[in-house]
Amino acid sequence: MYQIMKAEKLADKIFLMDVHAPRVAQHCQPGQFVIVKMDEKGERIPLTICDYDREAGTITIVVQEVGASTTKMGSLKEGDYFRNFTGPLGCPSEFVNENIESLKNKKMLFVAGGVGAAPVYPQVKWLHERGIEADVIVGSKTKDMLILEDEMKAVAGNYYPCTDDGTYGHAGMVTTMVEDLVNNGNKYDVCIAIGPMIMMKFVCLLTKKLEIPTIVSMNPIMVDGTGMCGACRLQVGDEIKFACVDGPEFDGHLVDFDQAMKRSQMYKTEEGRAMLKLQEGDTHHGGCGHCGGDE
Amino acid sequence: MADMLKKVPVREQDPKVRATNFDEVCLGYNREEAMEEAARCLNCKNAKCIQGCPVSIDIPAFIHEVKEGNIEEAYKVIGKSSALPAICGRVCPQESQCEGKCIRGIKGEPVSIGKLERFVADYALENDIKPVGAETKNGHKVAVIGSGPSGLTCAGDLAKKGYDVTVFEALHELGGVLVYGIPEFRLPKQKVVAKEIEKVKELGVKFETNVVIGKSTTIDQLMEDEGFEAVFIGSGAGLPMFMGIPGENSNGVFSANEYLTRSNLMKAFDDSYDTPIIAGKKVAVVGGGNVAMDAARTALRLGADVHIIYRRSEAELPARVEEVHHAKEEGVVFNLLTNPKKINVDVNGNISSVTVIKMELGEPDASGRRRPVEVPGSEYDIQVDTVIMALGTSPNPLISSTTKGLETNRRKCIVADEDNGQTSKEGVFAGGDAVTGAATVILAMGAGKAGAKGIDEYLTSKEN
Repeated sequence: MYQIMKAEKLADKIFLMDVHAPRVAQHCQPGQFVIVKMDEKGERIPLTICDYDREAGTITIVVQEVGASTTKMGSLKEGDYFRNFTGPLGCPSEFVNENIESLKNKKMLFVAGGVGAAPVYPQVKWLHERGIEADVIVGSKTKDMLILEDEMKAVAGNYYPCTDDGTYGHAGMVTTMVEDLVNNGNKYDVCIAIGPMIMMKFVCLLTKKLEIPTIVSMNPIMVDGTGMCGACRLQVGDEIKFACVDGPEFDGHLVDFDQAMKRSQMYKTEEGRAMLKLQEGDTHHGGCGHCGGDE
Repeated sequence: MADMLKKVPVREQDPKVRATNFDEVCLGYNREEAMEEAARCLNCKNAKCIQGCPVSIDIPAFIHEVKEGNIEEAYKVIGKSSALPAICGRVCPQESQCEGKCIRGIKGEPVSIGKLERFVADYALENDIKPVGAETKNGHKVAVIGSGPSGLTCAGDLAKKGYDVTVFEALHELGGVLVYGIPEFRLPKQKVVAKEIEKVKELGVKFETNVVIGKSTTIDQLMEDEGFEAVFIGSGAGLPMFMGIPGENSNGVFSANEYLTRSNLMKAFDDSYDTPIIAGKKVAVVGGGNVAMDAARTALRLGADVHIIYRRSEAELPARVEEVHHAKEEGVVFNLLTNPKKINVDVNGNISSVTVIKMELGEPDASGRRRPVEVPGSEYDIQVDTVIMALGTSPNPLISSTTKGLETNRRKCIVADEDNGQTSKEGVFAGGDAVTGAATVILAMGAGKAGAKGIDEYLTSKEN
């Protein structure tokens, strides 16, 4: 059993939790994820790691209520327990193993959409702790849905919030923000985009045109998260990759997003889709502006 | 007087009834039936059956006790060699092992050793007969990675010798392939697997779930930071294979591992569990092994019309005869000498059909089986909405890629000595599917036993 040390509401239907899981906290790196299972009958749900405290032995996760299981998870309070909490899974972000000096010469741009801000945060923080300031764009549907703003500001070089409805920061999609930055003379050696698949797809289409190598973090359907089931397989260039063990981060210019998006719909019946749209309401994706509700 | 040439028949659920439920197919012997079957044993002096058993159970001795009605004694005889008899009695390929060597089998049917073992083990579980543990602990810490058949056997044997054993399991349930792979109707999880693991716990073995070795920690860290003096790797062969044909990433194509894990481990067949499974109306299962039979029979129970597609003929089916027989009885259709070429999809990315080609058998290949070759121009489509790939599995590289000095072969299998499980790294032993590639439960148990012996010898020699 894994105790919830802190539970906090970040925005409507978005929750942050610190969970006591010493083995995971001891070994995790930016880019990795965990799989949690609430109770005996629950699903195994992959969640990105938002932060970690090796001394306290805690992992911070951010959960968005999208289906039955995550909605149940949102009702958990400080002092409650997860029945299972496994990780860290997947490979750390590539830059973790790069030479720090050569990394310092790179200009990095992070693009986060909606709860994608959560997995972006530990990456930017890791770089900040090593004296590397990366630019960060965070997109959301509206001002109230923007999460982790203070935390992100504290570790980012330049911080560019965007809202679809223009209630805060740049009015419009993250892609137009990327374009503006480049048009204004900013040069980026690498872009790291994490958010809804549709957002990552459009960021990649743009950065391909702008010739900026781009890394994305994929979040397909998974069961075990250790390479066993193959549910999370993706077409990356001419290879089939398992997001859980080969990823979750891949060269975004090689990922077949259309196939990945179709695969992620596999368990959504027509009725289920309607329910999802209803439940997600104004939290639906957020930040991308391309999905138009349900695609 | 019963016909001594024939086995006492075992009661099974009616095929029509069982095709719609997940309860166990085989109901097993009762006491009278078991004693009657035991009387068929010739109690051979030079018992061939023992040679046929990968863990060398003293088969004539336990059967003799059954014949006399001393079931608890029979359990103790088996317990000396096997920690998981209720499981083995159900899933061992007895026809090619103990029963295959039985002298009774020359003139008639062999003694039903598997069913007798199952009866004895079930009796022990029902009557809570405790296994005999170590009298004193020796204080040496050993880590076992994986709680499948090889890991459980190794852990049980070491605990009996007094070692302080901790088993690390990556998933949230104990049992490895016994819980994620083999279906409920063949191997009940609560009634048999959980209870048999409970017996290993009673020997003093500790278990830690949700620990992915290679990620949550590494073998080197277990040895350097946590004081484990030896490690046994029994991590199995978990990576699924795909064919590499067009359309394989379509919605509705699953690895057998995924399909079975959803149904067995996550209990998706039971509506009260949250994990979904796509039942399918018409399902094609590609492959001819035990896993293919398990996937086919699971899909059938979820309400689908099921076809097995296998590229060789019936004689080459790698599955146990009993499993093929059960699958046929339940209504699984076999499309033999047939191989998929591509998977066709509709506009939404869902499967509409699979294009297959007829095969014929050519010259024998390296495995000695006749190689299937395509019959030119014989392609045709089978209308299906779900395809399950049961083509075999290979070992997961998570451990080998994160352990310094651990040698693997080109199939990614860990290189280990067959007699004692010793790997290329000092203090590290391995066995089961992680070493051999996908094989059987009992072979993995045999390797777990060898590993326990190897670890005991290693730590004893280190002490002296």
